Parts: sequence; structure tokens; C-alpha cells
Amino acid sequence: MNHNLFVIMAASAIFYGTPLFFAALGELFAERSGVLNLGVEGMMLIGGVTASWTSQHLSGTSWFVVLVSILVGAGSAGLVALLHAFLAVTLRVNQTVAGLAITIFAGGLGLSSYFASVWGVAARPATHPIRILDVAGLADAPIVGPILFHQTILTYFSWVLVVVASIYLFRSRIGLQLRAVGESPQTADAMGINVVKYRYIHTVIGGLLAGIGGTYYSLTVIPTWVDGMTKGAGWIAIALVIFGFWRPDLTLVGAYLFGAFQSLSLILKARNVHINGDILNAMPFGMTIIILVVVSGGWANRRLGAPASLGIPYEREER
Amino acid sequence: MKSPVRLERRLTQPKSLNWLVPVLSVVGALFIGAIVLMLTGKNPISTYHRILTTAFTSFDSLEGTLRSATPLAFTGLCAAITFRSGIINIGGEGQFFMGAVGASLAGIAMGGQPKTIIIIGMILTGMVFGGGYAAIAGGLKAKFNTNEIIITLMMNYIAGIILDYLIFDSNSYWRDPKSFGFPSGKPIVDAARWPIFHLGMDIPFGFVLAIVVGAVLWFMYSRTRFGFEMSVISDAPAAARYVGIRTRWKIVVVMGLAGAVAGIGGASDVGNFRHILDAKGLQLAGYGYTGIVVAALARYNPFGAIFVAVLIGGLTNAGYALQGPDFPSGLVGTLQGLILFTAVAGEVLTRYRIRRAGHEAMAVTA
Repeated sequence: MNHNLFVIMAASAIFYGTPLFFAALGELFAERSGVLNLGVEGMMLIGGVTASWTSQHLSGTSWFVVLVSILVGAGSAGLVALLHAFLAVTLRVNQTVAGLAITIFAGGLGLSSYFASVWGVAARPATHPIRILDVAGLADAPIVGPILFHQTILTYFSWVLVVVASIYLFRSRIGLQLRAVGESPQTADAMGINVVKYRYIHTVIGGLLAGIGGTYYSLTVIPTWVDGMTKGAGWIAIALVIFGFWRPDLTLVGAYLFGAFQSLSLILKARNVHINGDILNAMPFGMTIIILVVVSGGWANRRLGAPASLGIPYEREER
Repeated sequence: MKSPVRLERRLTQPKSLNWLVPVLSVVGALFIGAIVLMLTGKNPISTYHRILTTAFTSFDSLEGTLRSATPLAFTGLCAAITFRSGIINIGGEGQFFMGAVGASLAGIAMGGQPKTIIIIGMILTGMVFGGGYAAIAGGLKAKFNTNEIIITLMMNYIAGIILDYLIFDSNSYWRDPKSFGFPSGKPIVDAARWPIFHLGMDIPFGFVLAIVVGAVLWFMYSRTRFGFEMSVISDAPAAARYVGIRTRWKIVVVMGLAGAVAGIGGASDVGNFRHILDAKGLQLAGYGYTGIVVAALARYNPFGAIFVAVLIGGLTNAGYALQGPDFPSGLVGTLQGLILFTAVAGEVLTRYRIRRAGHEAMAVTA
């Protein structure tokens, strides 16, 4: 089968964008509650390594192992997020440095690599990778087949999630209260909303989703563990939240855009196009910088900006 | 929600916390690290004992520790300069790389010049490359108010790709044309190698230079107008603008300064230790990120950063020396991360005192 460049681009944009979206959506929830978590990269790697280990050691039918692996990956990253919530919400420390601590502690040179070597995860490929599906036998359909019906279960889950997240944030009472906590915790507190509880829950949700993103890397993209395999995806996810103006739908668009950048080098290499590979490798990072510059300056930031108390600890006594 | 303890804001900060918090941080990190080791079936006491003996207890081991401490002292100072100004520069990693690029250029191209001239040339090009690279991020923040954390991080990855390009994917001036099979950097000329002082043990020139840079920074922050203005900007940005301090320009200057310091670190890596632009080795080392741990534990104090760099350098040194089946990779990074954690958590002690709940109520009735 010989698809044209557009079809391959679109299909792989979705394929590579999906883990970015999970991680970015998680960060979006945390930030909407007012907690900045720069530990996404570390949480993704912890999720990835624990999911990889689970997949290697659990026996059972394939879908069962995959499901449990995803849950373990999400859960362990959620635990790391709980640590961040404790530092940021309860101890009220500097959230920027706390998040960096998470990434250095859990990241490519830290705990995820420690687990990988203690458990021997890197030695063998994942026994139950998350497979690319052929939905309703439509994967071979022209154009839309490879793009829409030839993805993993996590991609379809992410499409459900983007709808659910949008309704939750903008159409539900809890979502309204969540946004209130992120904008003005003082007001929210006065309304009787438990600020601490909202911040804890949404920081941990952020961790769960980052863990799923990490699982996608270790069980789908390259179904073998490599130390630091997310290669900065966690940081791009944080940038995507800004790019998406803290909205799930725009974040999904951004994730696919970056997925396209990431896949471009692979596609062009496969087609023997002579562009220096390093320039293509640098593209996602360069594009992140350009996009941040565009959305940070001028009108965009003022109209659709960040939650007003993002990164600011809430202290009841100081009202 | 009733909690057994409550946090009460301190009105004054006792001086003793400046050393008490870092010490408690390290102890706390080693304690949590011991739990991780036990959970994964390792013996924490023997592991820690081996780290200690490998890193600190003989002249030989101290030499290795100073070697590991030198780059960390520079990246630690780099992070400390920006963090204490309220700018979160995570770019020490990339700025260090660029400093190494600049210094190796000078170290190759200035062949034939006197040794002193070449070394000064390497330091200056390292500063210009590192400082210039950092100033880009500073300029973007000053002009467009972009998030410097993400920008500097992205620039770290880009700097790594630049290293790959120069050594592996092009026939650049930095690549050794004689290296077949696995490409490597072109060696700097012999005269460009930095001295190592023999004072009972080997002390690299780079480490001495780090102490000098630390002293200069300390002087700048405590004795000059620039240092004073910087502290006003970080403590009260609005006030700084009202009294006419050019805050935007200062952001660029501070970033450039921090990058220049990291750049000297990169120069020392080439001049004192590797003598080539080592694309792979630099990217595996993670000096820039460890520098953040150093700066946080030193509470952004320049002299403290040098001291902490030796401590963390010892840990790193032990990690290299001991790596093997019963000393898993990632352990050192995990411990460093834990130290950063506990250092951040220790911040709480400097701002609050911890009281038992109900204590205050009793005091009122008494």
C-alpha cells in the first residue's frame, strides 16, 4: 500500500501526538486548579517504566495485561504527583523548584533509570505492547482509514477524554468550581469550596494522565524501555497547555501539530529526502520556542491567559 | 479538616537556618533514599559506606571528587545567579555545552600562541558562547514575556542536537578527521590544556577558577549597586520599576552573566578534562540539571554553591566509580533528586515554624 505524504503525516501526527495530549491534558487540570507541575517529564518516565515492568511480568490475555499495565503506569505517576501536591499545596513551597525536583528525582537520570536497572526492564522488549487496531476493518479505507481507524486504543480513549474534559471544565458545576479555585482561591474558599481538596485531586489526575502518556511511549512508540525515552515530551506538554490557552480542544490540536513535527524527520528519512536529520530533530523544540513567543506577546495572552493564581500557594490565614 | 500540626509564619529568619536546612535536607534525602534501597532489595548502609569511601576518604578519591565538582560548581553558580533574581534558568545544561563549543574552537584555532593567551582565549570564548546562548532566552523573556523555564529547556535539547551535528553528522571544524568508525572531537593543541596544581593532591585549574568566580559574584551581590538593584528586582519588581531600574535590560544581563559562568564551566571541561568537544559525554553527564540541585541546596549563596558542588561532586564521582550490577545506574540521580526535594521542602522551615495544633489556644487562656 502506498499512501501519499499527507495521509502518512496525518496518521503519524495523531500517533505521536496522542501521548503529548495525555500529558498536556493532565497538566491542564493541575494548572486549572492553580498548581503548576513541572514534573511531567519525570511522571511520564515513572509511568513508562512501571508499565513496562508490569507488561513483562504479568501473565494473562493480552488485553488484560495491557489494561493493567496502563493502570499501573497511571497509578505510579499519580503517586509521584501526590508528592508534588503535598509539597505545593500543603507545604506551600516554590512550585517551580518542586516540579523540577520531581523531574530530576524521577527522570531519565533518576528513579526511572534506577527502577529500569534494578528490575532489568531494559533488557527485553515489552511482551504485550499496545497494538495498533484495525477498527471495524476500515484501516485500509482510502485516506481516512490509516488516519482515523488505524490507531491504538489510547488514541480512541483520548478522543472520548477531550469531550469529557471539555464538558467537565466548562459545563459542569465541579468544573466551574475548579476554575474558581484556579482563578481566585480566596473567593472559592469563601463560597465554601475546599481549595486544598480540589488542588490535590486535580494534581493527581494530572499525574495519572501523564503516566498514561509515559505508558504510550514504553508500550507503543518503541515497545522497549530506554532510559529517558520521552526525550523532552513532558516539557513540550507543558508548553502545549500554554499553546492551547488552557482548553482541552485546542490542546489536542496543538498535540497533533507537534506530533506532525516529530514524525516529519522519520517520514522524510524513509523517503530519502536529503534534509539534515539534526535540523528535523531540533524542529519540535524550535517550534515550541516560536509558538511560545507568538502566544506570549500581545493580545492572546491577555484575553485567554493563564488561571490567575497559577503557581501561587494559597494561605488561608493571609486573606 | 484538623491537622496535628500547623504552620505559623515566621517574622524573622534565624541565621542558623542557613546551614541547618541544607544539613537536614541531605540527612532527610539519605533517609528516604535508604527506604528506596531497602524496598528494592539493597543494603543502604553498605551502599552509603561505599559512596563515602569512594568519594571522600583518600587523596585519590578526593581528586576524583574535585574533578566531578568543577563542572557542578559552574552550573551551580549559573543557576544560583538567576534563581536569586527570580528568573528560573534551567538552561545551564545548554549554556555549558555552548561554552564547550566555543572553548574547543579557541583551543584548536589558537595553536601556536603562548599558553596563557590560549587559556584566556578559551575562557573568553566559552563565556561569549554560553552567555550569548543564555541571552537569547533572556531577550525573549524581556521582550515577549515568554516563559523562560520552557525556553531554556528547549534550548538545552537544541544545544545537544548542535553537539550531535558538529561531531557526528557533519565534517565540522570540531570533528577529528582522523576519527574513523566512531566520530569524535578534534583534540585541542597541547598548549591549550589547562594546568593541574599539585598540592599534595591534584587540584584542577578549573576548580580554582570556580572559587574565583564565586568570590567575584559574592562581591557583586553584596557590595555593588548592580547587586543591590538585582535584589530589589527579585524582591519587589514593581518597586524596582518605579525607582527607575531598567528591569527588562537586567533580565538579559543576568541571563547573559549566568550563561557566561556556565560557559566557563564548558571551557574547563574541554581545557582541564576531556581536551576535545565530547558530544556524547557532555549529554550523558547532566551537569546543568545537577547544578540546579547544587544551587538550591546552597540556598543560592555563591560560596555555598562551591562547597555543595564538592559534596554532590563526591556523590557523582562515587556513582561513576561504583557503577555495576550491585550499584545500579540512576541511583546517584535519584539521590540528587531526593536532595533537591528535601531542600525544597526545607524551604518551609525558613518561612514557617511548625507548631502543635491547639498550642496557641492554650497560650491565650493562660
